[in-house]
Order: sequence, then structure tokens, then C-alpha cells
Amino acid sequence: MEKSICFYFQVHQPDRLRLYRFFDIGRESHYFDDFANRTILRRVAERCYLPANSLLLELIKKYNGAFKVAFSISGVAIEQFERYAPEVISSFRELAKTGCVEFLAETYSHSLASLISPAEFKEQVMIQSSKIESLFGFKPAVFRNTELIYSDLIGSMVSDMGFTAMLTEGAKHILGWKSPNYLYTNAINPRLKLLLKNFNLSDDIAFRFSNRAWSNWPLTSDKYVTWISDTLAKDDIVNLFMDYETFGEHQSASTGIFEFMRHLPEAVLSRTNVTFDTPSQVCAKHQPVAPLHVPFPISWADEERDTSAWLGNELQNEAFNKLYSAESDVRRVNDPKLLSDFRRLQESDHFYYMCTKFFSDGAVHSYFNPYDTPYEAFINYMNVLSDFLLRVEKALPTAPPISGTVIAQRNGSKKAEAPLKAQKSKLKAKPKTGMVANPKAGDKKPKSKPKSGK
Amino acid sequence: MKVLMFGWEFPPHISGGLGTACYGLTKGLANNGVEVLFVMPTATGDEDKSAVSIIDASEIEVSESCRNVRDFLEKVQFIRIGSNLIPYIDPQEFTEMLSNLQQGQIEEFKLGFGQKYKFSGKYGKTLMEEVVRYALVGAEIALRNDFDVIHAHDWLTYLAGVAAKRVSGKPLVVHMHATEFDRSGNNINTEVFDIEKMGMREADRVVAVSHLTRNIILNKYGINPEKVITVHNAVDFQGFEHLHIERGVPEQIVTFLGRITYQKGPEYFIEAANKVIKRYPNVRFVMAGNGDLLKRCIRRVAKLGIAHKFHFTGFLRGGEVKQMFAYSDVYVMPSVSEPFGISPLEAMRSNVPTIISKQSGVAEVLRHAIKVDFWDIDAMADSIYALLAYPALSAMSVKHGLNEVNSLKWDAAAYRVSEIYSAIIKK
Repeated sequence: MEKSICFYFQVHQPDRLRLYRFFDIGRESHYFDDFANRTILRRVAERCYLPANSLLLELIKKYNGAFKVAFSISGVAIEQFERYAPEVISSFRELAKTGCVEFLAETYSHSLASLISPAEFKEQVMIQSSKIESLFGFKPAVFRNTELIYSDLIGSMVSDMGFTAMLTEGAKHILGWKSPNYLYTNAINPRLKLLLKNFNLSDDIAFRFSNRAWSNWPLTSDKYVTWISDTLAKDDIVNLFMDYETFGEHQSASTGIFEFMRHLPEAVLSRTNVTFDTPSQVCAKHQPVAPLHVPFPISWADEERDTSAWLGNELQNEAFNKLYSAESDVRRVNDPKLLSDFRRLQESDHFYYMCTKFFSDGAVHSYFNPYDTPYEAFINYMNVLSDFLLRVEKALPTAPPISGTVIAQRNGSKKAEAPLKAQKSKLKAKPKTGMVANPKAGDKKPKSKPKSGK
Repeated sequence: MKVLMFGWEFPPHISGGLGTACYGLTKGLANNGVEVLFVMPTATGDEDKSAVSIIDASEIEVSESCRNVRDFLEKVQFIRIGSNLIPYIDPQEFTEMLSNLQQGQIEEFKLGFGQKYKFSGKYGKTLMEEVVRYALVGAEIALRNDFDVIHAHDWLTYLAGVAAKRVSGKPLVVHMHATEFDRSGNNINTEVFDIEKMGMREADRVVAVSHLTRNIILNKYGINPEKVITVHNAVDFQGFEHLHIERGVPEQIVTFLGRITYQKGPEYFIEAANKVIKRYPNVRFVMAGNGDLLKRCIRRVAKLGIAHKFHFTGFLRGGEVKQMFAYSDVYVMPSVSEPFGISPLEAMRSNVPTIISKQSGVAEVLRHAIKVDFWDIDAMADSIYALLAYPALSAMSVKHGLNEVNSLKWDAAAYRVSEIYSAIIKK
């Protein structure tokens, strides 16, 4: 039987926030550090996206379609490309034309919505899919969630949306004795197939490639292919999932990462029974071996392989919950600018910056972090969020009497559920009930305080 | 291993952080199996002798055999009494003392032999005389006792340390708890500077209480970097009790607590307070302490028109300090230059979230305090606001801060010091 190697590269750039002081709350609603975002994007484009794309194109042409890869590009990254480096989009288009590249679906703003709001999650996936389709003429059939976050429930949600397969981490604590090198299925809906990242072989390239303290340094294509073929002697698939920025940015060109990649296809293809496949092709070629039970969310981050890098401490949870508490209001307001800011504030990176684990979990976190400490990240984010919540509050179309109704409804009043017109006479009294109903919140925090209430 | 240690004060009679640090260090050394002979200018007998043997310098007669030390001390004859360098003195006392000095005669002092000298052990006007006499006595003590290494704390004891090294030939470690630049900004007292520099040059190793202090030692004193080693201070909270106090005002309270002097940066605190008060009504600011900038600070607060929200308490004694922490929702230490800085640790120990300046040594060991540049009043105001307005932030800072403070143990610091001893004794 044929064996598969499956490359998938993640392309994402966050919208970094500018230094946003509390004086700015209610006064200035531009949140993003355009200069930093443009500078970084242009730098990464020059060092990574453009040269790596042209290398992949060269390889695909050279091996006549035998070399294939998959990409997932976050919607917010695409927006940044459109704004700051449109040539990157064109070079992805060139790759798409070859037919050897599969584009995956993900959440538009690289968000953690799958963990809190199914509605927001589905909407983002839909926008993202149509964005990819309109740009590259390719309708994604396989899904990859932000940071490879996966659980049984998320998987079933994804399956309900019509995707046939999903990518996630081959987390040891989930697999136990099982091997990540096979196809699995979702525990709830067996129609959804699961591709698991082989983190040893992936991280050999993504993290260890240039590490001179590593006993296997320097890593050559031949040495690496020996490892792959050893693995594939018994197993079916090797899933190599990594950040695309590995090439040229995390591992700079001077480490030889491009040469490594240039020689890899030849080294692989010279072994007859191994082929490069995209996730869809892997699903078509191989049979799933078993359902995989993942009751709690896993991800590809850190030793823990859980969601604690984004939602592991009080700061992150507070910011996260405050943000999503505004979701229903944002929908009601339905203002494009607000919605866009809401999406961009959901980027997982903002929560990553607040992670206190990097005090111990060193290099990787600090590399990606524009803040000196998680406290600074939290303060800045909360200032921005306070302003955002104020804007949402201001934009709410509802007049005060109706908000009284809402409060009454929250407090369990059945009358408030009846049609508004019938309640008109009683509404006048309602606001008072509303005020009394929340006396604690009102007492502690003065109204002028931006964060009050919501 | 036995160490002859020169200090200036020891609990319970302390006026600054030096005594507390010496106490913690000696206890830690004892736990690491190092015997300490602790010399201080004047002992009262009620010191905690569980970890150290205390030698009272006032009880020592100086004999003629210290002649070579006398030669050495003559070289430092540039020191005259009457110099008004008193590091840890109440500013009011300071002004009085200064006027006394101007009225009175400036006396020369003579080195006497065969007699005891009654040290005051304070930071009074005879300080320089005491420093030199202390050195003479130090040499005598070094002759009479057996030990492996000498350790001297702060410039007051450096002459004694050097003298002891001269007569015994044993290696010397000097410990910089604060430099003259920390105490006086750039208007330094050159006599103190000279003693500090001489002490560090003569020493085999210099211990700095933070990287910040180490940098000053390298850059301003030009000491060989190889022999300057950073050992961060620790803190001993044995017997610490939490106070629970009913507050009289509904507002949240932000506190500055310390000497109101240039070094502590009180003016930056006022400017930041002004910014916060303008945007966030539910807050009061308190400046606790006394110092030469107090009047100027009061005037500034009045001029900004925030006096109804900004309060001065004057100098606080031990128990009142604890009360003040118990009252506080945020503690700010905006020091311009702080070799280490124990008070943020006390605040964190009292469950008060803390903002410290990046120009403090303690910033090097705390991860769960919020750090700002002392001059960056926007960042300071922003941090104060965040701690007041985002409860998750203060909760997190308090919870982890407490663990962090509790993990700063003197035993660990003392272990590093004992390693320094071993290295130079072998040599």
C-alpha cells in the first residue's frame, strides 16, 4: 500500500495592538499598531512568504505535480497581505493554479471562538471559506482550527458544517499507545476524519532545525528522510504540520532551511512507495483505523498540548469572557466597523501575550510576544476592550425602556417576553425595576467608569 | 568556615534596611554551616544571637600593635568630622544638625590608643569619626580572633574591613547595599565615594544587591567586573500577620510609602495621580512618609487642584506602616534609583498589588509586579488605572506575587555568598 507524507503550513499574522492608554478610552478608537504590523508583515513577506512560495512553485513544477502541500491562511493575514503586500496573494494564486496545493478552512480571525460561541465560530468559518474561494478558486473541504484546537464537540460541529476532515495535534495524552500516523475519526460523528500531527518529525524542522545543541544537528534532507521512511515502514501517514514562517523567519535562510526543503522531495520520491499528498488525498487513500476520544480541547502548543497558553490564567479568562460578553450586542448593532474590530480583538495572539507560562516555558513564547510582561499585555488589551465595549453600548439601537425590559427578562419576568406593544403601559415602570435589580453593580462602580456593567 | 563580619546595625535597633539585611544574611549563613562573628559599633545585648556571635566594638581596647593600620588610616586622613553626610536621618533632624554644625567649631579628632571608644552606632554628626575609629577597632578584633574571611557591609564598615584585611591577610568581601549615587543622585559626597571606591578596590570580591547596583559599581567606580557579583537580597516574613481593617472611605486607595526624597520619585507619583483622578473618580491617593521634598509635593498637589483626593500622612512607624498597607488597593514605588527595595515585597506580602519602577533592583527578581520606568507617568497612570479598574489583574498579581515573595529566601542568597567565600579562601 502507498504511504503518504502530508505537508500543511499555517500562515497567520496578528493585528498587533498599539500602546493604548486608559486616557484614550472613549476618545480614540483606532486600536492597531499599523506601523508595526506593516513593518513585520513586509519583513516576513520578504524573508519567508515570497521566497518560500517561489521555492514551492519551483519544486511543484520540477516534480511534475508529485510534490504537494496544503495551506491554511487566516482571514486577518489575508487582509494584511491585501493592505501591505499584495504580491504575496499573487504568489499564492500562482501556487493554487498548479492544482498541487490544497487550501484549508479555519476561523477568519484566527480566533478561539470554537471554545465559547458556536454561532460566531460557524460564521467566521463561512466567511473564511468564501474568502479563500473567491481569491484562489478553491472551496476548502478540510478544516483546521486555530492552533489545531480540537475536541469531540468541536469536531462534530465542524462535521455538521459539511467538512470531511479536520487536522489536529497528535497529542500523547490523548493517543496513549496509539500512533499519530494513521487516519482517525471523530468520536461523535465518524464521517469526520482526523489527521494527526506527528509532532516529533514536525518539530525537528520547525523548532530544532537550527539548534546546534541538538545531537542531530545539522539536519540534512537525507537524514530526515531516513527517519520518515523508518516511521512509514510500519505506519501509513506522516503529517508534517508547522507554521509557514518556519521557512526564513523562525529559521533564517542562513540556517539552510530552504536548501533542506529544496532537496527533500527528491530524497523522498526516490523511495518508491512514498508519495506527497494533500489532506483530502490522504483521506481518499487511507482508511481510518479508529475513533479518537477527545473530551477536553487539545492544541498544538507547549508541553501540555491544551488551551492553557491562551486561556490558562485569570487575566486571559477575564479578557476572553469580557470580549464575548459583547457578542450578542455586536450582532444587534450590526455595524461593519464594530464587527471588524470585534473579530480582530478575537485573535488568539492577544490572549497568548497574556500567558504567564512563558516565565517557565521560555523561548517560543517570548519570541512571538511584543510585550515585556503578560500584565502589560492585559492592561493594554483591557483598555482597548473597554473602549470597544463603550462603543458597542453607545451604538445599541435600543431605547432605555427596552433595556429595562431586557433586564426584567433576565430577572425572569415572563411578561417581558410578550410582544412589546402590549407592555407599553407597564414599560414606564420597568426601568426602575431594572435599576433596583442590579444595585450592587451600580453602587460599587460609578457610571463614568468605562468597564462598568458589561 | 568562619567569617568576620562588620556591620553597622543589627535588629532590633535599626534605622534602615541594612540591619534587616545583615540579620537575614547571617541567619542564612548559619543555616549553610557558616559561622559568623558579627562586629557592630555598639551592642545593647538584646540582639538575636541565635545565629551569630556579636562583638561590641565599644568594648574593645585598641593596642599599640595596630601600628601598620594606623599608617593606613593616616592615608585616609582626608576624612574630617563635620562632614554632613548622614545617610539615614530624618530630614528635620538633618536641618537642625546642619545649623548646629555651622554655628559650632569643626573639631579635629585624634586617634587614641589604649582606651575604649564609646560608639553611638547611629548616623549622627560624628559619623565620620566613628567610621575611622571603627576601623581601628576592627583591626584589633581581627588580631584577636581566628577566622577565614572578612565581610563588610556598606561604606561605613569598609575601612574596618580593609584594616582587618591588612592585619590578618585574610580575603575581604565588601557588600554594596546602596551606592552614594543611590543616596544622593549625582551630587555625591566625594569622601563617601572615595571610601566606597577604596573598599571595593581592596576587596577580593564585591557583592552587589542587584544588577542595577552592579552596573553602577562598574560604570561609576570602575571596579573590575570579574570580581563584582550580584546576590539579590531576600526577605524574612516570619511572624508576619495580616491585618483586617474597616476602611473609612468608599474609594479605592493608592499608596506611596517611603522617604519623600529625590531618590524615591514622589513627584512622578503625584503627576500620575493627577492623570488618574481626572479620568477615574473612585480613588484616593496617599503619600506616607517624610522628607526634604514633602513641602514641594504638597504645593504641587495644591496647585494641581487634587488635594481633596490626595492625602499626606507624614512619617509612619512600624505598626502604622502595616495598617497603611492594609488600607491600600495599589502600592506604587516610583523610585528614581533603588539598589534593591524591600517595601514592594512587604506590600505584596500584605496582598497589595504593586507597581515598581524598572530602576529598582527588586524589579529584577519580581515577575508579578507591574514595572514601569519611573519617568513614564503615562505608563504609571495606566497601570494604576488598570489595577483599580480590572479586578482580574489585581487578583492575579496578588495571588502570584505572594508566592513569589515567599520564595525569596535568605538561605538561597546566603548559599551564594558562601560560595563566594569558598572561591576566595581556596585562592
